[in-house]
Amino acid sequence: MTTDEARSQLDDRVQEIIKWHFSEETGTPFWLDWMKDAGWDPREEVKCVDDIVKFDHFEDNWLRDEKNERFVPNAYKNRPFNVFETGGTTGLPKQRVGWDDYKHDYEQFSDQLSDEYFPKGGNWIMVGPTGPRRLRLAVEHLANHRGGSCYHVDLDPRWVKKLIGRKELDQVERYQAHVMAQAVEIIKHRDIECIFTTPKLLASIGERISISGHGIKGCFCGGTSMTPEYVRFLQEEVLEDKALFVPTYGNTLMGLAVSIPEELKENDYSVTYYAPQPRAILRIVDPEDTKKTMAYDEYGRVELTTLTKEFFMPRFLERDEAIRRKPHAKYAWDGVGDVRPFGALTKTVIEGVY
Amino acid sequence: MAAPHIPILRQGRPYKSLDVQTIDRLGTDEAAAEISFACADMIKYDMLKMSEAREKLKAMKSSDLIEITKKAGEIFLNDDLPIGVDGMMQSPEDYVLSLAATSGLPHSLIRMNMKRLGAIFGQVDDIFQGLTRGLDINVLDKGYGEQGGAPVSFSPTTNELAVILPSNSPAVNALWIPSIAMKVPVLLKPGREEPWTPWRIIQAFIKAGCPPEAFSVYPTQHDGSGAIIRRAGRVMLFGDDSTVKQHEHDPRVEVHGTGYSKFVIGEDEIENWEQYIDSIVESVSANSGRSCICTSTIVVPKYGDEIAEAVAKRVAEIKPLAQDDPEAKLSGFANPKFAEWINEAVEEGLKSDGARDVTAKYREGERFHNRDGMNYLQPTIIRCDSFDEELALREFLFPFASVVECPQAEVLDKVGYSLVMTAVTKDMEWINKLFDCPEIERLNIGNIPTNRISWNQPHEGNLFEFLYTRRSFAIAEMA
Repeated sequence: MTTDEARSQLDDRVQEIIKWHFSEETGTPFWLDWMKDAGWDPREEVKCVDDIVKFDHFEDNWLRDEKNERFVPNAYKNRPFNVFETGGTTGLPKQRVGWDDYKHDYEQFSDQLSDEYFPKGGNWIMVGPTGPRRLRLAVEHLANHRGGSCYHVDLDPRWVKKLIGRKELDQVERYQAHVMAQAVEIIKHRDIECIFTTPKLLASIGERISISGHGIKGCFCGGTSMTPEYVRFLQEEVLEDKALFVPTYGNTLMGLAVSIPEELKENDYSVTYYAPQPRAILRIVDPEDTKKTMAYDEYGRVELTTLTKEFFMPRFLERDEAIRRKPHAKYAWDGVGDVRPFGALTKTVIEGVY
Repeated sequence: MAAPHIPILRQGRPYKSLDVQTIDRLGTDEAAAEISFACADMIKYDMLKMSEAREKLKAMKSSDLIEITKKAGEIFLNDDLPIGVDGMMQSPEDYVLSLAATSGLPHSLIRMNMKRLGAIFGQVDDIFQGLTRGLDINVLDKGYGEQGGAPVSFSPTTNELAVILPSNSPAVNALWIPSIAMKVPVLLKPGREEPWTPWRIIQAFIKAGCPPEAFSVYPTQHDGSGAIIRRAGRVMLFGDDSTVKQHEHDPRVEVHGTGYSKFVIGEDEIENWEQYIDSIVESVSANSGRSCICTSTIVVPKYGDEIAEAVAKRVAEIKPLAQDDPEAKLSGFANPKFAEWINEAVEEGLKSDGARDVTAKYREGERFHNRDGMNYLQPTIIRCDSFDEELALREFLFPFASVVECPQAEVLDKVGYSLVMTAVTKDMEWINKLFDCPEIERLNIGNIPTNRISWNQPHEGNLFEFLYTRRSFAIAEMA
């Protein structure tokens, strides 16, 4: 796909999703009411991706205060829905309704995974936040989709955040050891070839056992930002350069942005993520004027737009900043590189608690 | 000299990180060094393998390690040594210039500290004897032996001595140098602006024949320091009263806190006060007043005003000069904000009617002074009417002291903890009380500046007792 083709595909998608969410028959009560108050009809005015800036930023409190039923498109009115929560480490958790999006997202992601490092039929383990999170079902679906089963070990990041806030760092380590003990037991005694976990938990497992030595070939990782040096440490020392490290960037509201793991080393472990276009768009915006996209190779704030029939979320400002990177031969749209917490250089952010 | 890249040292192996930070020459945008930073998890991983580093030292004879330490001292003082990873070499003069550029220390003070460090290397056998009360060092090779006719055996408490180093005082590296002769590897977290001294000491040790594996250095952020403090078998760190409090019940951690050192004149000697002014001035201002062994409170039974005036007049002569001026004795602040915060704290204390800045009329300009792009605090003597004054028992990172009058009989009840106390007196009854006081770490009787200490008598913690524990043992006759 060329960048022009990707662009054209995205423009079509924008029109399709706008029409879906703002039409009485299929649309979402929240957006239909919003349209009445806004006094303009996005179906008339939003014809391509550039027109998305006609929307103001999606407010995260809408996903805290509004009833979830108001985000159910009329087309899905009679279908029971899943309720997924965001991490909840940066305030009250947000909730999102969903049906099959996570399956689509993770099947699409599965197509990007190497069969050598993530063997079809291989079993998985997920070590990280389960509970009300989309990830819990998504990783299990990914394992099943690839013909394997998935073991789970839970970690509650909200509790960890409280412990850090109270400076009870010994308790953090004890809780982490409790989680690790369960994970290590399963990895040692079950036939597992693939793992999903967060960077810090991966490092913590590697302190206790040789991960690749216990048969794990591929590690799909996400959850927090990682510096290039930390990515290098995970690939070269934690995974001993024997298992493949696959960093991803994503959350409950977006899906999964993928990286190109085979190019990490040649890029000095600087990770660039590509959004699952056309289902979601990541844009690097000027923090002072968020309608403006930053120039390539410059840092800006990450803005997310989700474009599925289940969920429309325009211009949500993420808590992160990143470098705008050029399209890649494999992904013909902008990437976001070296993601870090927004304002990381000017303030302390409790991030990466798990 | 171009800006070198200073890597992480992982058991002697240089590691160039992708996380690189630059430290600038103070007051400029010019890079003095690039520093590789380590992530906390890397440090945790490496700490799991510290027993391998200890094995390297254990395999050597203690007497050889003593000789290596002495030789390293000569090398540290005189030789060109590798700096960074790119084949650059650093002469002793380069070291002085580099440290001055990032720490704000005048060249003369750096040279003085170099000599002090050189003496530590050179006296390592005396230091060992002092710390162990005369133990035959070969006992560390064999694991057991005799001391004073009694059987003794010592086992190490740790595989590493971790030290979280500050940026403001190169001489604190003296604290870990003897660890090598005691066969305990070191794991250092250098101060942000002061990678130079630990790096140079390590290179000197390696050139002298010490196994490189004995040295790990991790420039790192707070989470890395936290990992070191929580996980190392033994840790030394530097901090204020709150840091001391935080670790007071943890036998793994030795906090070198505020010194609150004092110069006290007894009632029997107070009529001779003029004879002691030289000592007081040295006690207050040595090493730019930055050491915890510098006097921060002067206690006298009378003549408080006169003594404050005399000391103020002398310390006010210590002015901010160019860093390369041989007469420079006052250090600038590497972190310019520190000077502002400290000055604000002094000014706050002076709002009281019972505290007066006696130096104000003698010094040129304000206490807070900017020169060559660096912030300085000019020496300050405060006359306090009583110990109730906020500034009576304070310690700051510049030549600062209060002068308080107090009847001799009440001194020990009023002054609290003292890392060093010099008491000028011949009154045996009072001297006995001073020796009996648990709140004085090091006691000088007579006209001895508080900053003059002897390394074979630890004034703050005993390194050997920190790194080794004595066990009882018996060995049955072997057939």
